[in-house]
Amino acid sequence: MEYKPIKKVISGNYAAAYAARDARVEVVAAYPITPQTSIIEKISEFLANGEVENLQYVPVESEHSAMAACIGASAAGARAFTATSAQGLALMHEMLHWASGARLPVVMVNVNRAMAPPWSVWDDQTDSLAQRDTGWMQFYAENNQEVYDGVIMAFKVAETVNLPAMIVESAFILSHTYDIVEMIPQELVDEFLPPRKPLYTLTDFDNPIAVGALGTPADYYEFRYKIEKSMEEAREVIHKVGKEFGERFGRDYSQMIELYRTEDADFVFMGLGSLMGTVKQAVDVLRSEGYKVGAAKVRWFRPFPKEELYELAKNVEGIAVLDRNFSFGQEGILFNEAKGVLYNTDAHPLIKNYIVGLGGRDFTVSDVKKIAENMKGIIEAKKLDREVEWYHLKR
Amino acid sequence: MNTLFGEGKSKAKKIAFKSVEEYPEAPISLGATLSNFTGDWRTFMPVVDDAKCVKCYICWKFCPEPAIFIREDGYVGIDYDYCKGCGICANECPTKAITMVKEEK
Repeated sequence: MEYKPIKKVISGNYAAAYAARDARVEVVAAYPITPQTSIIEKISEFLANGEVENLQYVPVESEHSAMAACIGASAAGARAFTATSAQGLALMHEMLHWASGARLPVVMVNVNRAMAPPWSVWDDQTDSLAQRDTGWMQFYAENNQEVYDGVIMAFKVAETVNLPAMIVESAFILSHTYDIVEMIPQELVDEFLPPRKPLYTLTDFDNPIAVGALGTPADYYEFRYKIEKSMEEAREVIHKVGKEFGERFGRDYSQMIELYRTEDADFVFMGLGSLMGTVKQAVDVLRSEGYKVGAAKVRWFRPFPKEELYELAKNVEGIAVLDRNFSFGQEGILFNEAKGVLYNTDAHPLIKNYIVGLGGRDFTVSDVKKIAENMKGIIEAKKLDREVEWYHLKR
Repeated sequence: MNTLFGEGKSKAKKIAFKSVEEYPEAPISLGATLSNFTGDWRTFMPVVDDAKCVKCYICWKFCPEPAIFIREDGYVGIDYDYCKGCGICANECPTKAITMVKEEK
């Protein structure tokens, strides 16, 4: 069948819901929270309108239960999906470990929202990045199209390596903003993403198993190693799945870090998610003004793209890491990771952390230009003025 | 018959993994309780003195594991493949016929 996309103008949240539908999810368990709610509303609408077959929707009393229900469904062999944000994700934290530890490929969309207090419903990456060590893969979408594509690819990657995956989009900037999304006809999604083949299921009565059992000190260690081994394998799987997606549907995701105009760049901006759309636009403006700059959009934060970061860092004099998140007592989380990766290599560009856009503070092209000016000075002086800069701070 | 499990016990095989490759990908329990020997958790082992035993079977009733069985001669026996060494049997025995002995491994 020839690929003819179905174009629709939809929000990032609707892109997530359509992708879950097209991935033929079998169980959805979720609890409403702004700005995620319209994802699960749309899915329940599909169900009410009879637009989906074979879907069980489980209304639950909390996000903790939502993830627990997804884990149960996944252990029974189903393809399970949920969505949440901020406090909801934090409440799920315990169950995130259960999903990865039991090796269940649950897929979730997290709409980045700032953690309270003070209450905020706006964009901030600290909620998802604080789940860094739970054993979930994390993909950050730049736009609504990447939300749709990301969910479909995430199921394929997750079900190959038997680890759960989180697709992360920005509050309002993507979740409630309408943009053209090319959706894939169902038959072609089915070819790309065949039904799940679970490793073990609770419903295989000829081969009974128990999940959630005790692991004594004699065995726990080996199971942890196996998670890490699968995370490492996931890098290769992501490359293959992203390449196949590109060959079939024209959008290549084979690179875990998307490079934009970095070929001869003196320095690059590096960051996650929707803010990199603004950065790319700023790079075009800066290039037209004679700056040799590029953008490095980190698509996958877990597993972390170590090799790709090293290859990039070898060839630039500076990296401006833009973190819409913060780890108190240290620095921006992506900055911290990037420095860690490069320490034991021979690539040591000047690397500076800019804390931007926390709690939905606007981050615009003119901000990127100001940062470029600062980075230019740093590279000329061959020395950082400071390591971490709270860029927007009112002084 | 030397156990509560009867014939099944002769087929029981302890599951132990020697290398990381032998482990299942996910931490699942393979096989039933029969194959999951818990006796190696033990530090103290119960030892029964038949001379003091009055065949009241209180130990058999209190044992939280299927680790105490009634022998053909009517005295009690202990299945050390499953006994975790909790000591409840020794504590409950009205004639002090069971003593907990530190096990050297």
